[in-house]
Amino acid sequence: MTPILSVAGLEKTFGSVVAARDITIDVPAEQTVGIIGANGAGKTTFVNMVTGHLRPSKGTIRFGDKDITGMASRDITRLGISRSFQVAQIFPSLTVFENMCVAAAIARDADGILRRAFTPLRSGQTVAEAEAAIELFQIGSYREARVATLPQGIRKLLDIAMAVAGWPRILLLDEPTSGISIEEKFGLMDVVMSALKSRRVTILFVEHDMEIIGRYADRVLAFYDGTIIADGPPAEALANERVQTLISGTKLRTEAAHA
Amino acid sequence: MTNRSTLIGALAFLVLAAAAPALPPWLISLATIAFAHALVVLGLVIMWRAGLVSFGQALYYAVGAYCVALVSRFTGITDAFVLIVLGGLAAGLLAVLVGFLLARYREIFFAMLSLAMSMILYGVLVKTEALGSTDGFNVAPATFLGYAPEGAMLNLALFWLVLVLSALAAAAIGVYFRSVAGAIAVPVRDNEIRIEFLGLSVNRLIHLKLVIAGILGGVGGALAAMTISHVDPNMAYWTTSGGFVFVTILAGAGSIAAAFVGSFAFEMLRSIAVALLPGAWQLILGSVLLITILFVPDGLGSLFMRKTRGKEGEPA
Amino acid sequence: MLTAFAIVTDGLVYAAYLFVVAIGLTLIFGVMKILNVAHGSFYAFGAYGAATAVGIYFDRGLPDAGGFLFMILVAMAIGLVIGLVLERGILRLAYGRDEVVIVLITYAVFLILEDMLILIWGTGSLAAYQPLVAAGNVEVGALILSGYDIGLVIFAGLLALGGSYALNYTRPGRLLTVVIFDRETAAAFGINVTLVYTATFALGAILGALGGAVMAPKIAVTLGIGVEVIVLAFAVVAIGGMGSMEGALVGALIVGLCRAAAVHLVPQIELFVIYGVMALVLIFRPHGLFSRAEPRKI
Repeated sequence: MTPILSVAGLEKTFGSVVAARDITIDVPAEQTVGIIGANGAGKTTFVNMVTGHLRPSKGTIRFGDKDITGMASRDITRLGISRSFQVAQIFPSLTVFENMCVAAAIARDADGILRRAFTPLRSGQTVAEAEAAIELFQIGSYREARVATLPQGIRKLLDIAMAVAGWPRILLLDEPTSGISIEEKFGLMDVVMSALKSRRVTILFVEHDMEIIGRYADRVLAFYDGTIIADGPPAEALANERVQTLISGTKLRTEAAHA
Repeated sequence: MTNRSTLIGALAFLVLAAAAPALPPWLISLATIAFAHALVVLGLVIMWRAGLVSFGQALYYAVGAYCVALVSRFTGITDAFVLIVLGGLAAGLLAVLVGFLLARYREIFFAMLSLAMSMILYGVLVKTEALGSTDGFNVAPATFLGYAPEGAMLNLALFWLVLVLSALAAAAIGVYFRSVAGAIAVPVRDNEIRIEFLGLSVNRLIHLKLVIAGILGGVGGALAAMTISHVDPNMAYWTTSGGFVFVTILAGAGSIAAAFVGSFAFEMLRSIAVALLPGAWQLILGSVLLITILFVPDGLGSLFMRKTRGKEGEPA
Repeated sequence: MLTAFAIVTDGLVYAAYLFVVAIGLTLIFGVMKILNVAHGSFYAFGAYGAATAVGIYFDRGLPDAGGFLFMILVAMAIGLVIGLVLERGILRLAYGRDEVVIVLITYAVFLILEDMLILIWGTGSLAAYQPLVAAGNVEVGALILSGYDIGLVIFAGLLALGGSYALNYTRPGRLLTVVIFDRETAAAFGINVTLVYTATFALGAILGALGGAVMAPKIAVTLGIGVEVIVLAFAVVAIGGMGSMEGALVGALIVGLCRAAAVHLVPQIELFVIYGVMALVLIFRPHGLFSRAEPRKI
């Protein structure tokens, strides 16, 4: 079977700085991939390249049979690869419901200027989609709250819910649990994972917490110095010696720093 | 627009149209200009909702006006309907072209570049003999599908025309504000990255807003040229743009009606101030603007509206 | 050849004038992120003040040199007062609002100041030609140059040198550079940002008034000079990069030389060329020639 995402020889340089090099992976449909690595190891650069925010210096990215290397992020989104952000990217002056309506409307929007200027934003179907997503991500009790006032966890959930509005095939989550307290992390991940699985989304998520990786990932990619040093099932990848010295060790240090 | 405000708008339209013959001519002229300018202001409101301020909207206003003046002068066509369509089209086309550039800019860079565009036109108009240079030139009286009124009747006819166009524009923009493209205005101001990653080009959204605003500016300019029966380069000068921005801020981005009321109030205020305190009218206008921005940030229009969220069917 | 020489000299004189006006605008923008429309009014107030001062001074038949000084001091005093009153009285209320909203506030202030001019000086125009006469002419080959113009170019040059020295080698200048570079860090390091703002705005206003003062002898001081100069100054700083000193200098030279070339070669495009160049620069360098682009991180 063709992998849904296929990356070959990906490289990104900023001047003389190499942010990513020689990244080659295949991801089969509906797999859940955890991405680990220290800060600056190239995880976000990788996510940014796959979602079109950065143009790779070298290499190719294929979505199914389609080469999407260097395409604009909005076109990649329309093809079916969506993403959430380390810092939730939402519309702060709108309510949760309004945020979802915008996301659902854009997802349903046909690319025609005139049609776009006459089709109501809140058509019945758009509103239904928005309501369904709010339900799916269990943020209904905040429906009418302006998102600028929301707690961090809800903002993250909304960010992901908006990314899912277009029924993507692949979703990249950039540190879904960053900024969330330890007690809330698992609750949030449970909601996210069951929502995404119910929509049969292929998931790649960046995560620092090895416990979360162990619980949710089918497969782990360990990044170090811009490239992948381990790729395999969590138990195997996390037991890798280089991963333990280079990444898990780093993780302990960063946790100490956060404490 | 909610049903209630549509109703009030329709009522105001009928009352104004019916009362016009009984009103003093100076008031009719003033209202005609005010509503013509309100169309330009509506364009600015569309952009202001997305956080953009154009300090060069006089560009489209002047293009619409000069289009009317030049066409009627060189072809003899004086039909108001034809001229208005041409004025709107010319300005709209220009906006399509300029928009490819302007839509990439935000904040003060957008304001500055639009200012530069209008000043380029001003520079051309001032120095071009064929376009009347600094004096501009007169515009022949308009006709209406063969009907050629004179004097007070011409003013009245123009007023009715402005009124109808205003109603049409208000209705169309009401639909636009609720549409996908129109309702995504506050989100543009809030977070462009999210919009791009939802799959929509922010630049194209803004380009559309620019073109709509350009058409409205052109139509407003065309109407103004016929009403004043004269065009000159000052129509493109930055102070003209400043006046439009002034009314936009005064009226606020909350409602369509506010643009018309605000524009009328502005022309009224200006006439009264000029008549009573000829040396101090800018002082009065400036003070009003300052107080509005500092203490009524949503515009004076917001004072008369119940603060309901999601009015105009738009999120926020 | 003669035309080329004339273009260069005219261009330099015009650039000197633009630089003196634009430097205050770019300073205020660099430090405070305020695009100050009222800067045109500072210029006008400086010009009116200087013209009045010239009238008073030269009527008394005092030595010429003192006249230059008096004219400049009066304008600077006016700039200082207006700057302080505006910053403390009005702008302070608006810090933290959108940049575009603050532009509108300065626009309102501009409208108010325009009429204050009329209330103070009336609608007539003033002439202040005496310094121009006093400075005499200099013959360079077949060309006669005005001594005042030469002085203006030297003055602008000294201002550029002095400004760059002050920013890089004096303590207040370095503090300013820190604030320009990073406001939050500056505040965290105990720099009194409020004081820096007040001082910057006052200094910018003084420079604007100074621009008006040095131009007063060369022009008819009349209504509308501020309206005209502000868009020119905008063009200069937009080309150079808003907030950059070198930018203001280069922008002034570009606009000055382009305009002079147009005036001598194709007079019809005199105004067109200034804003045409501005648009052209912005197309390729959206933030001007001398500015750092700040991409947003996600």
